[in-house]
Amino acid sequence: MNSDWNKELGVKFTVQDPCQLVRKSFGDPVADDLRYVVKAVVGEENFIDMTPNKSNNFCCGGGGGFLQSGLPEERREYGRIKLNQILATGATYAITPCHNCHAQVHDLAEHYEAPYHTVHLWTLIALSLGILGPNEREYLGDDLKEVNMAEWESEY
Amino acid sequence: MAEEVIKLTRKKGGTLKDKVMEILPEGGNLNLCLTCGACSSGCPATGLHDMDPRKFLRMAALGMDEEIKNSPWIWCCSMCQRCIYVCPMKIDIPQLVFNARKMVPREERPKGILGSCDMALRSDTCSAMGATEEDFQFVVEDVLAEYQEAQPSFKDMQAPVNKQGAEFFLNQNSREPVTEPDEMVPLWKILHLVGADWTYGTKGWAAENYCMFMADDDAWKHITEVKAKAVDDLGCKVWLNTE
Ligand code: SF4
Ligand code: SF4
Repeated sequence: MNSDWNKELGVKFTVQDPCQLVRKSFGDPVADDLRYVVKAVVGEENFIDMTPNKSNNFCCGGGGGFLQSGLPEERREYGRIKLNQILATGATYAITPCHNCHAQVHDLAEHYEAPYHTVHLWTLIALSLGILGPNEREYLGDDLKEVNMAEWESEY
Repeated sequence: MAEEVIKLTRKKGGTLKDKVMEILPEGGNLNLCLTCGACSSGCPATGLHDMDPRKFLRMAALGMDEEIKNSPWIWCCSMCQRCIYVCPMKIDIPQLVFNARKMVPREERPKGILGSCDMALRSDTCSAMGATEEDFQFVVEDVLAEYQEAQPSFKDMQAPVNKQGAEFFLNQNSREPVTEPDEMVPLWKILHLVGADWTYGTKGWAAENYCMFMADDDAWKHITEVKAKAVDDLGCKVWLNTE
């Protein structure tokens, strides 16, 4: 696993620390592990952290049932802090290692027409390994739709 | 300009705050608030429905349970615990919010959460989207076969279902098998490459647990027990949930 695919491209990434994983469960050590993996996959120079981060990170607003509570206006207002945090990094991709975060951070980008994509961590690990096929790129932008494509025989 | 006077409705004993203090170690420190405001200044839900965590705690201290119960804000707190993290007294406000949700009659709690919880309770899959054991197994096997064929280097990849004695039992959020099955595959590939011994289960496969968000203790305990039993029945050592 390495970041060679992104050496020339220089696509910038930031990462959302999931509250459940970091603050509520394993604390800063797991946030450090997360950064170790992210940097290995996208390249140290292409990773930009949000501020504040790790255990002190702001929740995206996808937790606690907010996504299904029937209060979308409130949820998106809540999420504006996260939106602005992501935009301040200038990254074009937000990595969300939690399913809830993915749904909320993705929705924020759509709703506020923000210029970033929202991706699962496993998508990027597979991309860097050169094993990501054409049909697993739903959440990647046009710039990464073809990059480091897996060996692929038939279209179905 | 004078604001309307707040009339306290407090009855003797048994307020929300009293109850929560009984169940938390050290009473959740609920009486130790310095009113410093650190919680509110760093809470993204501050300002929604004219509420913030410090105010919420003050209202609980004053026994304003009716007002608390009727505020939609209890469904705007994401239980993220940032307020506890920054609080000099480590006061457990989200636990108070969780118990405030319990005061709302079950059928009056948010429809989306209620519907997802009730759907999960209907079968042993625990799927909030109602996907059955057969649906899930079919989708997994179908997608796997496609990838084995299309990608020669993964022709031996497996996505086992109900594999007895596997080391890892992997949960799966319902959204993937139901609406975007290709999104399951990157993780399968990674598990394949590292040689992990893993399995899905037809029972208890769904990762989500909306009954917890709904603060329905019996229901979320039931969901958790069904899933834990599925892991035990297959004799798996580690239960992985990617939520
Ligand atoms: S941070 Fe803690 S002590 Fe300060 S106002 Fe909030 S609950 Fe009270
Ligand atoms: S747990 Fe609730 S009250 Fe505390 S910071 Fe998070 S959203 Fe705010």
